[in-house]
Amino acid sequence: MMFFENVVLALNSLKSNKMRALLTMLGIIIGIGSVIAIFTVGNSVTLSVSTNLQDVGANDVFVSVVERKDDEADPNAAMDGLKFGSQDKREEMDDDDYMTVDMVKDLCSQYEDEIHAVSLSQNLDTVDVAYQGEESSVTIIGANVGYFIPNSIEMTSGTMFSASDFSEGRMVCLVEESTVDDLFDGDYEGCIGKELEMLVEDQTVRFTIAGVYHTESQYAMMFSFGRSSSLYIPINAAARVKRSPLSFSTIEVVSAVGVDPGDLSKKITRFFDRYYASNNDFEISAYTFTSLVNMLDSILNTVTSAISLIAAIALVVGGIGVMNIMLVSVTERTREIGTRKALGAKNSSIRAQFLVEAIIICLIGGFIGLVLGVVGGMALTNYMGYPAAPSLGGIMISIGFSVSIGLIFGYFPANKAAKMNPIDALRYE
Amino acid sequence: MADIIRLENIVKKFYIGKPNELEILHGISLCVTEGEFVSIVGPSGSGKSTLMNLIGALDRPTSGTYYLDGIDVEKAPENQLSEIRNTKIGFVFQTYNLIPKTNAIKNVELPMLYAGASRAYRRQRAQELMELVEMADRQKHLPEELSGGQKQRVAIARAMANDPAIILADEPTGALDTKTGRLVMDLFHKLNRENHKTIVLITHSPELASETDRTIHIRDGRIVEEGGAI
Repeated sequence: MMFFENVVLALNSLKSNKMRALLTMLGIIIGIGSVIAIFTVGNSVTLSVSTNLQDVGANDVFVSVVERKDDEADPNAAMDGLKFGSQDKREEMDDDDYMTVDMVKDLCSQYEDEIHAVSLSQNLDTVDVAYQGEESSVTIIGANVGYFIPNSIEMTSGTMFSASDFSEGRMVCLVEESTVDDLFDGDYEGCIGKELEMLVEDQTVRFTIAGVYHTESQYAMMFSFGRSSSLYIPINAAARVKRSPLSFSTIEVVSAVGVDPGDLSKKITRFFDRYYASNNDFEISAYTFTSLVNMLDSILNTVTSAISLIAAIALVVGGIGVMNIMLVSVTERTREIGTRKALGAKNSSIRAQFLVEAIIICLIGGFIGLVLGVVGGMALTNYMGYPAAPSLGGIMISIGFSVSIGLIFGYFPANKAAKMNPIDALRYE
Repeated sequence: MADIIRLENIVKKFYIGKPNELEILHGISLCVTEGEFVSIVGPSGSGKSTLMNLIGALDRPTSGTYYLDGIDVEKAPENQLSEIRNTKIGFVFQTYNLIPKTNAIKNVELPMLYAGASRAYRRQRAQELMELVEMADRQKHLPEELSGGQKQRVAIARAMANDPAIILADEPTGALDTKTGRLVMDLFHKLNRENHKTIVLITHSPELASETDRTIHIRDGRIVEEGGAI
């Protein structure tokens, strides 16, 4: 019943002390503002990074050969003379350490229903290709048919390799637009069927251009370091050029529809354990983008909480400022409090009046902080190059926080006012 | 007519149980009947402020009984004391004690606000009271924009807000010059005569006291003489 009147009273009281009110709010403004800004930045970055990663390959499992983790937790390992002797682990991978085509084939047949495709690629050298005196630098990548599922390419002209191109390892290639720009002056149609000559593994090889592709996948943008364009050849052709059996340090498995990539990654790790059980130096690690996203999330959350803690300290300092100014206000208005009591105000009415005033200070401060925080956070995320996404949760939390600070730090002064003896209060000069 | 105030053997001590225990009122008994205009006179230190605080339900006696309009005040808990002050007593202070930065009519509305009256009723009643004290044209003025006499008239209107059983005026003309003090006294007489308000006036001025129906003299915490108007 008195609530509205208390709000009006509080606003009047703040209006008559604008400067003081503003200075008091400053702590709250800074506190809330920084919390909101941090949440906005954190939220925007997490959201955009995880959607980017999802786009790239939410269903993909990345399988790589990694150095075996130390088993020093196992006390027997240290006692084992053999292991002791081989304490210095090899860091360079030998031919035996790579995954082989047979392993991949076994994997595919064992989990036939769960694997949609396996992407295999073999990077050969980065070389200069020549055509009638023009030269361009390319990285030769031998790729299987599965490679083009997670790494989709858009054909500008010509055609993708045919099934027999893949199976027979024909000497054909797909080139990027930029290569055609260099060699054929951008004649995307005219270059089809032309032969490119290059020196790979100390031999001159010729590849016929089957098609020209346009790259704009996120993946390529994120992971293309130098601007050497890729020239794709069938993986069997790469094997022939290399004159050695194919081996892989990394493969990418695309899970079938409805299969949880996380589960599949565990199965794949177990599958490869058989092959690597006797390998002291290397093992297989399979991870998914989901696990990568989760990892990223947890890192961002840790950073966010750490900064939020600092912001929370700012809020507490702000709250103490509110308490201080409320105590001053209560003392200044002692006579008014006495008068109100003489006119019949109950202790609870006085307490409510000052509590509402403290809450209003914090709410107004919180709102200003909110606006500044959202604006600042969005400016910062835009500056960092991410689309801004203000965190609704952060906004709710900060409003809740403002009210709580008002309540917690306003209670003591309000209670002091409520408990005043009316006679002393009326006599106060 | 019925007694609206009945004090029986009121004793008030301070610092009870401490070495500096002090007895201010030594057993005061007095009655005020409805519609009476009574003055309480005494020099400073006589205990008249203490007596006023007790009558105004701002404090409880150490012993003795106090009935105000039939309510046993000294037994009332804190919240009921607030209610008694709110509905039974209209305070008029020497220093007016208007709430600063709050306009005249809002000041008059305040006791009704604490009584839980509706906004429309408050506004209407406050306007009537402002007319009664001839301040209708100053409703929106802030206290700091009013003269002393005007402030005191607003304060009297505020004291009348909940139609209290008594008006308790503590040196209401003490801070005013003779002429405006006269106007304020006339207003009290009018409220007593036309609105039949019981008024208790605390003063140290024998002239003002002589205007009232009855004067109660206090000295050293005792009633020394009681008498009607001369």
